[in-house]
This record gives sequence, C-alpha cells and structure tokens, in this order.
Amino acid sequence: MSGAAVSSGIAITARQLTRKFGDKVAVDHIDLDIPSGRIYGFLGPNGSGKSTTLRMLCGMLLPSDGHAEVFGLSVVKDAEAIRRRLGYMPQKFSLWEDLTTDENLQFIADLYGLEGDVGARIAQARATYDLESLRRQRAGTMSGGQKQRLALAAATLHAPELLLLDEPTSAVDPQSRRDFWERLFELAEAGATILVSTHYMDEAERCHGLAIIADGRVVAEGTPRALMESVDADIFEIEGADGSEAPRVIRELPWVHGVTQLGIRLRVLADRSTKDAAEQLRALLARHGIDARIERTDASLEDVFVVSTRREKRGD
Amino acid sequence: MATSRFAGSLRRLRAVARKEVRQLSRDRVTFGMIVGVPLLQIVMFGYAINFDVRNIATVVQDLANSSMSREFIAQLRATQIVRVEYTTNSSAELDRLMREGRASVGVVIPRDFERRLQSDTRPAVQIVVDGSQPSLAAIAAGIAQTPILVRHGAGPYAGGKRMAPRRIEVRTLYNPEKRTAVQIVPALIGVILSMTMVLFTSGAIVRERERGNLELLIATPLGRLELMVGKLLPYVGIGLVQTTLILIVGSALFNVPVVGGLLSLYAATLVFIAASLGLGLFVSTLAQTQFQAFQLAFVTMLPSILLSGFMFPFEGMPVAAQWIAELLPLTHFNVIIRGVMLRGAELGDVWPQLGKLAIFLVVMLGIAVARFKKRLD
Ligand SMILES: Nc1ncnc2c1ncn2[C@@H]1O[C@H](COP(=O)(O)OP(=O)(O)O)[C@@H](O)[C@H]1O
Ligand SMILES: [Mg+2]
Repeated sequence: MSGAAVSSGIAITARQLTRKFGDKVAVDHIDLDIPSGRIYGFLGPNGSGKSTTLRMLCGMLLPSDGHAEVFGLSVVKDAEAIRRRLGYMPQKFSLWEDLTTDENLQFIADLYGLEGDVGARIAQARATYDLESLRRQRAGTMSGGQKQRLALAAATLHAPELLLLDEPTSAVDPQSRRDFWERLFELAEAGATILVSTHYMDEAERCHGLAIIADGRVVAEGTPRALMESVDADIFEIEGADGSEAPRVIRELPWVHGVTQLGIRLRVLADRSTKDAAEQLRALLARHGIDARIERTDASLEDVFVVSTRREKRGD
Repeated sequence: MATSRFAGSLRRLRAVARKEVRQLSRDRVTFGMIVGVPLLQIVMFGYAINFDVRNIATVVQDLANSSMSREFIAQLRATQIVRVEYTTNSSAELDRLMREGRASVGVVIPRDFERRLQSDTRPAVQIVVDGSQPSLAAIAAGIAQTPILVRHGAGPYAGGKRMAPRRIEVRTLYNPEKRTAVQIVPALIGVILSMTMVLFTSGAIVRERERGNLELLIATPLGRLELMVGKLLPYVGIGLVQTTLILIVGSALFNVPVVGGLLSLYAATLVFIAASLGLGLFVSTLAQTQFQAFQLAFVTMLPSILLSGFMFPFEGMPVAAQWIAELLPLTHFNVIIRGVMLRGAELGDVWPQLGKLAIFLVVMLGIAVARFKKRLD
C-alpha cells in the first residue's frame, strides 16, 4: 500500500493550490511539502483558508487552480483511493449526535470495511481515548472534550496513514488539549502523518513543522524554532510604561511592526533595519516624560506571526 | 476480489440502513408520523365517506304529483336522511337552490313516475347530489339502495314490491366519479404512501448536510449508490407497515375487501414505495435545507394528488395534464391497486404499470446518484 512518495518522505505536496468562492480567493496559490511521519501545523486566524485547504486535500473541494498530491495521488482524480488511507476530523463535530459512542464507532468501522476482530479494535479505541464510561451515551449529550475524543477515535479507527485535523481543540478545556496532543504524538510515533490546523500559538509551537497562513497564503514556513530564530524583527520588552500614551506613540513609529500589552509590560516588534531601535524608543518615551526600562528579548511564535502577516500586507 | 468488493459494498449499505433505522427510532416526531399520518388521513377520509348524515337539506321537484309520488316522498322523509326543505315545480329553481348550497340533495320525480315504476326500464326517480361534498356522494348511493315499498292498488302495502335500486338514478354533480369507501381506500394507500415516502426521504440527504455529518460521510469510502440505497431501505419497511395499517383500518371501518392476492398487493406496493422513495431522494439532492426539501416534496405531492386520478377522473383532464400524470408514479399505482384490490387482478395483468414504476425508480435513483457528488460544492 505504500506509494513511492511515502518512502521518499513526503506525504503531501501542493503547487499553486488555489480555491476561489466567487470573487473571494480563499486559498491563494500555496505551495506545500509536508513530510510523512510528522505533525505539521497550519497556523492562521479565522478565515485565512485553513479549512478550505484541508478540504481540498481530502478531495471534497475542487481546486480552482494548481494541484495537490497526497501519497503521490491526485486529490482530484484519485480522491477515492486517498480517502481509504486518510482520517479526517472536520472543524465542526460531525459524528451522529443521536447515536452512542459504540454505534458511531461501529458505523465508521463498517464504512471503512475494517477486517478481523472489529469489536476488539473498537474496544482498543475506547481504551485509548478514555471512552469506556461513554459507551452507551449519545454523542449529542457529551461535553466538548468528550466529543473531541470520540471524533479522534473515529478518525483513527482504521489506522490511517494520514490524519487531517481541522482545529480539533477549539471547543476543549486546557487539560483535554494537553491529553489530546499526547495522543497525537503517540500516533506520529506510530508512523502517521498528521496535519493539524490551529489558531493557538502554544499548539503550533508543538508541531514538527509549521506553515503560517494569512489571507489564503503561506507567509512563513519551517520548524517553530527556525521560524522564531529567523524572525525579521527585534523584540523589546518595555517595563514601566503601562499607560495608554506609550503604546500610542510607539505605534506611530514607521519601523514598528506591532505593540502588544502584556500586563505591565509592552512588547514591541521593531524592524531589523533600524539599528538603534532601543535608543530611539528610550528617547521617544523620555520626551513624553516616561522613564521606562527597555530590554531585548527572544521572539515568540506570536511575534513571528505578527511580523509575517504584516510583511505580507506591505509587500503588496 | 470482485466478491469481496461486493461484500464491502453490502456491508456499507447495511451500515447506512441500520444507522438510519436507529436515528428514526430515536426521533419521536418522525416515528409518530409513520403511524400517525396514515391513521389520521384514513380516519379523516373515512369520516367524510361514512359520516352518519341526517337531515340533509333537500329540494323535491315532484312533477308527477300523484298519490304514489307523495307516498315515495313520505318514505324518503321517514328515513330521516333527508329533510325536505323546498318543493318546487321548476328545474331552474332546483338548480338555483343547489348551486346556492341551500339544498344538497335534489329529488326529481318525473311526470310519468308511475308508468316508469311499472314497466319502464328508465330510472323512476332522479336524485341530484352536490358532489363537491364528498360525504354526500356516498349518501346518495345509500339512498338509492333504500328499499322503497310501493303500494299497488289498495290496502296497506299489499302486494308491495321492492323497487330495484337501479330504478333510482343518482346523478352526482361536480364529482362525476362516484366515490365510495371501497374506491377511496385503495387510492388512499397510494396517496398516503406518496406523501410520507417522499416527505421522509426528501430530508434524508439534506439532514446529513444540515447537521454537519455530510462532511465526515463524504470523507469515507462510502459509495454514492450505497448511501442512496442504504438510506432508502428502511423506508421501504415503513411503507409496508403503513400499507398494512391502511388495509386493516380500511377493512375494519369500511369493509374494503382485498379481492386479489395479498402477495400481488404487497409486491406492487413495494415497487411503488421504491419509486416514491427515489423521487424523495432526488428532491433531497436538489434542496440545501430541510425546509426547502419539505417545500419541494409538497410541490411534487400536489400534481400527484390532483392529476393521478384520485381527485378528478383521468379521462376528463386536458392532454397536457395527462402527459404530466403519465410521469407520476401515483397515476400508475392507482391503476394497479384498484385492479388488485377490487377486481382481483394479478401482477401479470398490470405489468405495463409495474414496468413504468420500475423505470421511474431507476431514473430517479440514477439522477439522485449522479447529482450527489462526494464534494461540498
Ligand atoms: N463554501 C464557501 N463559500 C463561500 N466562501 C467560503 C466558503 N468556505 C469558505 N469560504 C471563505 O473562504 C475563506 C477561508 O475560509 P476557511 O478556509 O474556512 O478559513 P479558516 O478555516 O482558516 O477559518 C473565508 O473568507 C470564508 O468566508
Ligand atoms: Mg476553519
């Protein structure tokens, strides 16, 4: 069953992949090379085109332009062959709310034609995803975290080589999110390729590889660490300037990408081309009678995000 | 390889059917409709037919004005079914009273009433009925069956003889198809089935879409035909249950017989159910929401009821309407079911209609499958 593309280590490739809805370009000529056996993240705000991209990859939306291959198979022509090897967890809970855990899992098992001891595999899934106590509970009566565990159990029941997870943790408490990610790492460990979309920075940071998506484009791509190290900005934290005046005047500087208030601190993203940024900031604040302490610090993923999306906008 | 592919297909089809049954059994409203709709309809229609009507406003036009004709009117009064409110000598007056709805039954006794009674083969009395009131048509039939004793010569009822029913002619105005429970119940099977079947399946695909299940469903290897047939199967069972219900109620309340074989009846009904379900699935692929599906289902129901010969006689319809009627499964089923239930026809006698239903099913299912893409756009 393993295609040539899998052995070469690439599970998904996309070239100039595009999707329009009328005049609206939801996905705008993106290129992707997603390695197999890894957790790869799409990080982007709502409406940036994450879901649309995932839907094209499982063949349920046709590309308006460009093409994509999964396991070396065309998402347009070979969608059925891809579907057998893929598990998909839609953004919205899509199992049947009036069926119980067992009934939902049995239905999925039948659809994928699971062979052998199906009961044992379902029991295994129940154990892995902590669903034992929910066997006879209808999905519609479950909490967000329980639904999400059930959805992941269903998506992985047929042991797919590739998992597409669309914002799987959006309706879930922090503890459930941590458990969920543990399961994802176990699956990746077992050889599955996982493509997960999110708008949480902390989740994105846990991915092996990451594409930052804004307005339908990949604006930055790489491992989280590489992205943070190569960010095209200097980050300053300013203490003692927590009024409303300081952020306003700093924002007016042409070389400042963004100002974020974090409690009593301000986080300022300055363009690298400005060599004496710290001095300029200090002078500016002094002129407004603010005596602040300014310190350079390392970039976070959020900084990368702000800088990449900002550069994208100005680049046009 | 081919057989295992087939086994996989069958398994998915069964899984869809089983899931549908489970969901149905948990949806109280739908479940109630399965039994409630046919019961309600048959009782409604049944009341209209079998209403124990008394004191119907009646106009009498006694042209004979003889002792015998007066005797006849007296006996009619005695039945208490009619209440003679008007007597008139003019046909125009009778027409007007009926048209204005002041009288629902008109009794016309011709000038040569006695001669007709004695020797004539022509009807002795004409009863004019407002056919726009369905209950009355049956009443008139009842009146015509009333044994009326006609006195001959002197003496109370001496040598009286039963007037043969055929001697009273019933003319139904506004509803030339004289309808009785015996005729209505078989037709009701078709009407009820096409309502419930199309209505139920029209929502089948849309419901998955509306509840967000479709996105997961189309990401699986489930085939389109497997989905369609799997969705359809449970409703076939439901349709047969409804048929049985109508037959039992029809027989218990209205003594509607099943002259033909039950097997023929169920076999023919099965084909009709499948055809109606095919139509419902087709509707389901047209609609984006359950509400739209519901409206569309209604749109298909109207011509079925109006043009299939249930309401109006098929022969009297304009040619265009007849063409449309040809396309409706109910038209053909009406022919089959009347044949089987009332005349004891076998399946072999109605194969052209059965064939048309089968073609309809295949075409509808084909269009539904072709229209349903495993995509979101
Ligand atoms: N079916 C659709 N019809 C029209 N516009 C759509 C449709 N699906 C998505 N869009 C639009 O495409 C853009 C990207 O949406 P989406 O892929 O859902 O983003 P994300 O998943 O990142 O939140 C949005 O502007 C959204 O409104
Ligand atoms: Mg989304």
